Amino acid sequence: MLRLSGARRGTVVLGVAVAVAAAGCAGGSGTGEDGAEGQGTVTLVTHDSWALDDSLVEQFEQESGYTLEVSAAGDAGTLVNQLVLTRDAPLGDAVFGVDNTFASRALDAGVLEEYTPEALPDGAEQLGGALTPVDQGDVCVNADTAWFEQEGLEPPTTLEDLADPAYRDLLVVTNPATSSPGLAFLLATVGAFGEDGFEEYWASLVDNGVKVADSWEDAYYVDFSGAGEGGQRPLALSYATSPAFTVTEDGSASTTSALLETCFRQVEYAGVLAGSDNPEGARALVDFLLTQDVQAALPESMYMYPADQAVELPEDWQKFAPQADEPFAVDPAAVSEHRDEWIERWTATVVG
Amino acid sequence: MDRDRRGLTRTPAPYLWAAAVAVPLGFLGVFFAWPVAALVVRGFVPDGALDLGGFTEVLSRPRTWRLVGLTLTQAALGTVFSVLLGLPLAYLLYRRSFPGRTLVRGLVTVPFVLPAVVVGVAFRTLFAPGGTLGFLGLEESLAGIVVALVFFNVSVVVRTVGGLWERLDPRTEQAAASLGASPARVLRTVTLPALAPAVASAASVVFLFCATAFGVVLVLGGVRYGTVETEIWTRTTQFLDLRSASVLSILQLVVITAALAASARARRRREAALRLVSARVAARSLSWRSPADVAAALGGVVIVGGLLVLPLAGLVARSFREPDGSWGLANYVALGTTGERNALVVTVWEATATSLRIALVATVLSLVVGGLVALVVSRRPRSSGARRAVGVLDGLFMLPLGVSAVTVGFGFLITLDQPVLGVDLRTSGLLVPVAQAVVAVPLVVRTVLPVLRAVDPRLREVAAVLGSGPGRVLRTVDLPIALRSVGLATGFAFAVSLGEFGATSFLARPDGATLPVVIYRLVGRPGAENYGMALAASVVLAVLTATVMMVAERLRDERAGGEF
Repeated sequence: MLRLSGARRGTVVLGVAVAVAAAGCAGGSGTGEDGAEGQGTVTLVTHDSWALDDSLVEQFEQESGYTLEVSAAGDAGTLVNQLVLTRDAPLGDAVFGVDNTFASRALDAGVLEEYTPEALPDGAEQLGGALTPVDQGDVCVNADTAWFEQEGLEPPTTLEDLADPAYRDLLVVTNPATSSPGLAFLLATVGAFGEDGFEEYWASLVDNGVKVADSWEDAYYVDFSGAGEGGQRPLALSYATSPAFTVTEDGSASTTSALLETCFRQVEYAGVLAGSDNPEGARALVDFLLTQDVQAALPESMYMYPADQAVELPEDWQKFAPQADEPFAVDPAAVSEHRDEWIERWTATVVG
Repeated sequence: MDRDRRGLTRTPAPYLWAAAVAVPLGFLGVFFAWPVAALVVRGFVPDGALDLGGFTEVLSRPRTWRLVGLTLTQAALGTVFSVLLGLPLAYLLYRRSFPGRTLVRGLVTVPFVLPAVVVGVAFRTLFAPGGTLGFLGLEESLAGIVVALVFFNVSVVVRTVGGLWERLDPRTEQAAASLGASPARVLRTVTLPALAPAVASAASVVFLFCATAFGVVLVLGGVRYGTVETEIWTRTTQFLDLRSASVLSILQLVVITAALAASARARRRREAALRLVSARVAARSLSWRSPADVAAALGGVVIVGGLLVLPLAGLVARSFREPDGSWGLANYVALGTTGERNALVVTVWEATATSLRIALVATVLSLVVGGLVALVVSRRPRSSGARRAVGVLDGLFMLPLGVSAVTVGFGFLITLDQPVLGVDLRTSGLLVPVAQAVVAVPLVVRTVLPVLRAVDPRLREVAAVLGSGPGRVLRTVDLPIALRSVGLATGFAFAVSLGEFGATSFLARPDGATLPVVIYRLVGRPGAENYGMALAASVVLAVLTATVMMVAERLRDERAGGEF
C-alpha cells in the first residue's frame, strides 16, 4: 500500500516536472503552442481491454501538460453501468470504450457532456453530440479453412448457410447475456432477419446443432478447431481480426478466415464525463485519441480498426483481416430500447 | 458447579473486549455491509420512492426458483463430496507421515487459488468431446460442475480438519481399541465426534464457496445451468437491473444465513474441549499392515491423481508447448514481456510482484481482524444474551463469502463517492488488499477458532486462580495455542488474496494488475502465444501458492513442538 502511494506521488512529481519543462519549451520557442497549458491529472475510465503504448501516453502528457491516470474495470457493459451508477460523483474525467451496443444507456442516463472534436475524421459519426468514435471492429463467424479443405467442403458464407444441414454441429457461438461478441452476433441476426424474424433463424440454428459457450475464450480455445487447442468445431464466433493471429510460420497464409457476410460492427466511443473535475483535460484526451499516432497504434494495442479510415493498417491485417463491406447494423436507439427483451427472447428460443 | 466455574472466567477487562469487537465490526461495516446495503437499497428506491414490487415480480418467476434449486443442489453436492473425499486425505496427510508429505500438502492447496477461468477451460478441455474424459459425457452437466467444485474446495476440508486431527490425542483412540472396539467403531464413536467441529466448520465454508461459485458454473454449465450468483452478476453488470439484483441478493442472503444457522447449531452441539497434543506425537508413519492406512493411501492416490493431478497436468503440459507444437520454455520466457502484440499493460513478473505485495497487506489485515473475531467468538460468556451475541458475530463474519463480489464492487462505487484525503478510493487501487481481506477473514476465523475453542477452559481458570491477570491468561494460555493455527491461517489468507479475482478486477488499476487479472486478460486475447503465456502464468501462480502453503506449514510445525 505504501509502495503504491509512493509510486503515485512519483507520477505526479514527474508529471509536474514534465509539465514545467514542456511549458518552458513552448514559451522558449515562442510558437505559442496552446497544448501544454494544462495542469493536473486527467483520469480516463475505460474497460479491461484498454492498452496504449507508454510512449504515446508520454506524448500526451508532454504535449498537453496533464498527467494521465487510467482506471479500468470489467467489460463494455460493466463500464457503462458503473458510469450510470456514479453519475453524481464520476469516476474520472473522460471515458473510452462505450460501444454502440450500450451507448444509448450512457446517453439516456446523462453521464456525458456534449463535445465534438474539431478533428473528427471523415465518415466518423458522433452519437448524441457527446460520443466520439475512436475505433471499430467486426464480430464475425470464423472458419477453420484447413478443416474445410481436408473435408472437401466449401466453407459457408452467409448467415443462412449456417443453418444448412451440410454444416450441422459445426458452429459454436457465445451467450449474448454474458459475452459482448455474443450480443453483437445476436444484433447481427436482428439486423439481418428483423425484430420479428431473428427467433425463427435461431430456432433453425438450434436444429442445426449450434453450441453456445459462455465466453469468447471458452468458445475459441476449447471448441474452435482453428485455435489449435484440440477443439472439435470448425466454425466459431470471433472477430474479423482473429485470422491475423493464426498466420502460418512463413507468414504466407492464415489457417482461419472470417465470414464477412456474417458480421456486426462494434464501434467504440470516447467522451467527456459530465461533472468531471477536469473537463478541459478530458477534451484534450478525446482529441488525442483521434490523432494519427494513436489511430495508427490501435490495431497493435487494442486489436481494433481505427475510426480514421485514412490511417494505414499493419501489413498482416491488410492481407488476412479485411473488414466487412456491409456489416449488419441496428439503430443504437432500438438496441437501447430492446436489448434486454431480445436477450430474453433469445434465451427462451435457444435455451428453452 | 458448572455455573461457578464459568464465573471464574468472566472477562475483567471489558474495554479491551469492546475494542476487540469494535475493530472487526467497524472494518466489516465500512468495507462490506455499507456498500452491499447501499446497492440493495438503490434497487428498492430507484427514484426516491420505495418500490417493493420487485419482490413479487422476481419471486413469482419460475426461473428464480429453478435457480435457487440449482444453487442449493450444486452447493450441497459439492459440500458432501468435498467432505467425503477430504476426510481420508486429511487422515493421510495429517495423521500419517511419509516421504513427500509436505509436497502433497502443498499440491492439494493449488486448485483453491487458480483463477476460475483457467480451471474452467482446463476442465472443459477434459470434458469436451475429444477430450481425455470426453467419454464420461460430463460436458454441460451438473456432475461436471460438482467435480470442479470439489476440485476447488477439497483442500478447505483437508486443511481445516487436518489441522485439528493431527493434534488429537491418540491415547483416547488407543484406549477404546484396547477395550475391544473395532477400528470402525473407534472411528465412529471417538474420532469423528472429536473432529465434528472442524468438519462442520469446513463444510460451512465449502458450502458458501459452492453456493456462490461463479466462474466455473458459467464456463462448465453452459447456458442451461445458472445459480443465484450468476444471475446477480448478469442482472447487475449486463442489464443494470438493480431491482431484480437486489431481490436476488436478499434471497441469497436468506438462503446463506439459514445454511449458516443450521451449521452453527450442528457445531454447538458438538463443541467440547479436546485433549490436544503436539503434531509430532500424533502422526506416525504410514503402515502397510494397517488396513485403514492402505485404504487411505489408495484412496489418496485415486483422489489426488484423478481429481487434482489430471486437470493440472494437462495445464502444465500445455504451458510447455510452443506455438509451433514443439516443447520448450518459450511461454515462460515470455512472462518477462507484455505478451504478443502487447496484450498486457505490465509484464507478468511485474504483476506477480504486485500480487505478492498486495497479498502481504491483505494477509496482515485479515489476520488482525480475523484473529480478534476468533478470540471473541471462542469465549463462552455467562449470560445467554451475550452468548447469542457472540454467535451472531461469528455468523456475521462468514457473510462476505455468501455475497456476490459484484454487489460489493458496485456498492463501493456508490458509498465511497467522496475523496478521502484527496484520493478517490474507487480508482486508486488502494481498496484491493482491503477487499481481499474481507474475503480472507472468514477463513482465518474458521481456521483459528476450532483450535481456540478446543482449549480446555480449566487451563484459563487455573491460570486465573493462580493469580494471572486477563492479559497474562491470554498471553500464556490462548496465544501459544492459537499461534499454531496462525501459520495455517496465514497460508490460507495469502492464498485467497493471491487468487482473488472478482473484487480485484473491479478495483485494480491497469498498471497495478494482479496475476489472476493478467491471466484473465491473456486468455481473453487471440493468439497462441498469449494463450500459452496465460497457462505459464497460471503455473507460476500455482507454484507460488503451493510454496506459500508449504512455508506456512513449516512455520507452524516449529512452533508446535512440545508446548504441552
